[in-house]
Amino acid sequence: MSKASEIDIASVTKVYGTTTAVEAISLKIPGGTYCCLLGPSGCGKTSTLRMIAGHETISSGDVRLGNIVVTDLPPARRGTAMMFQSYALFPHLDLVDNVAFSLKMKGVPKPERQAKAMEMLELMELQAYATRKPAQLSGGQQQRVALARALITNPQALLLDEPLSALDPFLKVRMRAELKKLQTSLGITFVHVTHSQEEAMALADLIVVMNDGRIEQAAPPRTVFEQPATAFVARFMGDHNVISGRITDHRNGVMTIAVPQGGTFVAWDNSTPFSETADFAIRTDRVRIGTEDINGLGFTGSVSNIEYRGASVKLTVAGAGLEDFTILLRDRDFFANPIRVGEALPLCWEREDVIVLGRTQH
Amino acid sequence: MATITASQAASARAGRKPVRRDGSSVRLVSYLQATPLVLILGGFLLLPILMIGVVSFWDYDFAAMYPDLVTFNYTETLGSWVTWKTYLNTLKFAFLVWAITLFFGFWVAYFLAFHVRSAAMQMVLFLVCTVPFLTSNIIRMISWIPVLGRNGLINSALMEAGIVNEPVEWLLYSDFAVVLAMVHLYTLFMVTPIFNTLMRIDRTLLEAARDAGASSWQTLLNVVIPLAKPGMAIGTIFVVTLVMADFSTVQVMSGGQSASVALMMKNQMSLLQYPAAAANAVVLLALVLLMVAGILRIVDIRKEL
Repeated sequence: MSKASEIDIASVTKVYGTTTAVEAISLKIPGGTYCCLLGPSGCGKTSTLRMIAGHETISSGDVRLGNIVVTDLPPARRGTAMMFQSYALFPHLDLVDNVAFSLKMKGVPKPERQAKAMEMLELMELQAYATRKPAQLSGGQQQRVALARALITNPQALLLDEPLSALDPFLKVRMRAELKKLQTSLGITFVHVTHSQEEAMALADLIVVMNDGRIEQAAPPRTVFEQPATAFVARFMGDHNVISGRITDHRNGVMTIAVPQGGTFVAWDNSTPFSETADFAIRTDRVRIGTEDINGLGFTGSVSNIEYRGASVKLTVAGAGLEDFTILLRDRDFFANPIRVGEALPLCWEREDVIVLGRTQH
Repeated sequence: MATITASQAASARAGRKPVRRDGSSVRLVSYLQATPLVLILGGFLLLPILMIGVVSFWDYDFAAMYPDLVTFNYTETLGSWVTWKTYLNTLKFAFLVWAITLFFGFWVAYFLAFHVRSAAMQMVLFLVCTVPFLTSNIIRMISWIPVLGRNGLINSALMEAGIVNEPVEWLLYSDFAVVLAMVHLYTLFMVTPIFNTLMRIDRTLLEAARDAGASSWQTLLNVVIPLAKPGMAIGTIFVVTLVMADFSTVQVMSGGQSASVALMMKNQMSLLQYPAAAANAVVLLALVLLMVAGILRIVDIRKEL
C-alpha cells in the first residue's frame, strides 16, 4: 500500500521546564513498519509518541511524515491517529457516534458518517453493540472501538500509547495478535509504546529501546536480542547476563576484563575500546554446566537460588565477583542431574556467545 | 478429591460475611442507626410540610384559624388573576436568573477547571468566588443601593462623563435590580457543581477530540458541555428553587414594585391569613417539585452523587 509513509524524526528534543524528557533523538521508521518504542517509565517514549502525534510541542528538531514536515501542524492534519492508553472514548456517546466523531468534526452529513462508522464497527466485529455506551463494554471491546475511531480517518500512521496495559494478561495476548493482524492487513505504520519487552518482541518489525531520553538501540527484534548494543539493552531485554569489568589486556582481537574482586573474562573483539572498562553479555540459555575450555570463558560459583519454570529451570549462581549470574537449563537436563542450592557449579560458554557491549555515547 | 472439597468449603466459609445469628437484634440495630436521620427529617421537614398541608384546608378570619376542611383557600388563590400574574413574574425571575447564572457560572467554572493550571491557584480562585458569602445576604443586597441609586456610583459616573443628562431610573427599584442582585447572590451555586463536573472530565478526552480534528468550539460543544450537564442540572435545581422561594431580594431591590410568590405569602401572613399562605405554599411546592422532576428527567444527575 502506498499510503504508508515513512516517519522521520530528526534530532527531536523535548524539554519540560528544566528537565529534558527527550534529548536530540533521530529515528527513521520506514512506511508500513510495526515499530515499538520500548523502555522503562520516564524514558521519554511516550513524549516521543506524543510529539509525533502533535499533542506535545517539539522543543527543537523536526518530524517528517512522508514528504511533509509536520512539526507545526495540529494533530488532525498530520495524517496520524492516536489511540490513548485509557482509550479516551467519549462516555456520553454511543459506539457509532464515538467512531464517527472525527467525521462529524469534518462536517460529513449524518447518514454518510454513520454508514462509515458502521463499516468500521463491522471490521472490528462490534456492529451488534453499535448503540451501546462505552461503559457497557469490556476492556477488549473498548480497545476495538478506540481502534475503529482512530482508523476511520484513514491515517498513514497509527500511534498507540501502551494500548495493552489496561487489559488482563490473557486478553493482552489475544489483542496483541489482533493488532499485528490489523497492521499487516492495513499496511500502515504502527508506532506502539510499551514497557514490556515481551510485547515488543512479539509485535515489532523495529524495536527502539529508549533510556533516559535517548535511543539505546533501534533494530529488528532479533538483532536487539542477539546483539544488544549496550548493557542497558541487554539488561532490559532480559535473559542476558552482563559482566562489567576493567580492561586488563586487549591484543590480537582478544579483550580481557577483570571483575572487581573476581575473575577475568575474555571476548573476541576488534574494535578499539573508548574507555577503560567494558561490558560483556552472555545469554542465560547459552551457559552450560562444565569446565571451561579456554580460560575466561566460564567460572565456578555457588548456586544461590533455583526457580522451576516448567519447560526450563532458572539457576542463580554467585561467584567470581558476579552477584547473580543466571543460567537457564532445559528441565530435562536439570532433572537428569539435579542441583541443590549451595552447591558449587562450574559454568562455561562458547567464544561466539560472548557479546561485547557498547556504551551509550552521552 | 476429598481434600479439594474440604479446602473449597473452607475458602467459601472464609469469604462469606459474618453469619447473621439473631435476626431481631440485627434489625433493631439498623433501626437505631436510622433513628437520628428519621428524627431530624421527620421533625424538621416532614412534620412542618404536613402542618402546612393541613392548615391550608383550615378556615380563618381576621383574628384566628378554625380547624376545618374547606377548599376555598385554594380556589381563591388559583382563581385570582393576581396570583397567576405573581406566579408568572416569579417564573420570569427564575428563568432570567437561571439563564444568566448558567452562562456566567459555566464560564467561571470552565476557566477555573481548564485554564488555571495549578491546583493551588484553583483553590485560591475558588475561595475568592466564595468571598461574597462571608457577608450576609441582606448586606450584600443593600450594598447595591449606593451603586445603583439615583445619586449612586453608576449614575453619577454616567452624568459626570456626560453620557446621560438625567439619572437612569431603571437601575434601582426595578426588575433589572432584582435580577442583578439575584445573579450576584446565586452564581456561586451554579459555579460549584459545574466546576465539580468539569474537574472530573478525563483530560485525554479533550486530546482525543483534538486528535479527531475538533476545534476548540467543537470540543466545547461536543465533549465538554454534554459531560458538564449533570453539574448544570444540579446548579439549575439550586438556583431555581432559591429564586422561586425568594422574597427579600424581590422586596428590597424592586422597592415593592414587583412581586413574587414568596412575597405574596409573606404579605398574607402579615395579615394573619395563614391558611391562605399555606395553600399558596403547597401550590408553590408542587410547582417547584414538578420543575425539579422535569430537570431530573432531562439529565441523569445520579452519576454526580
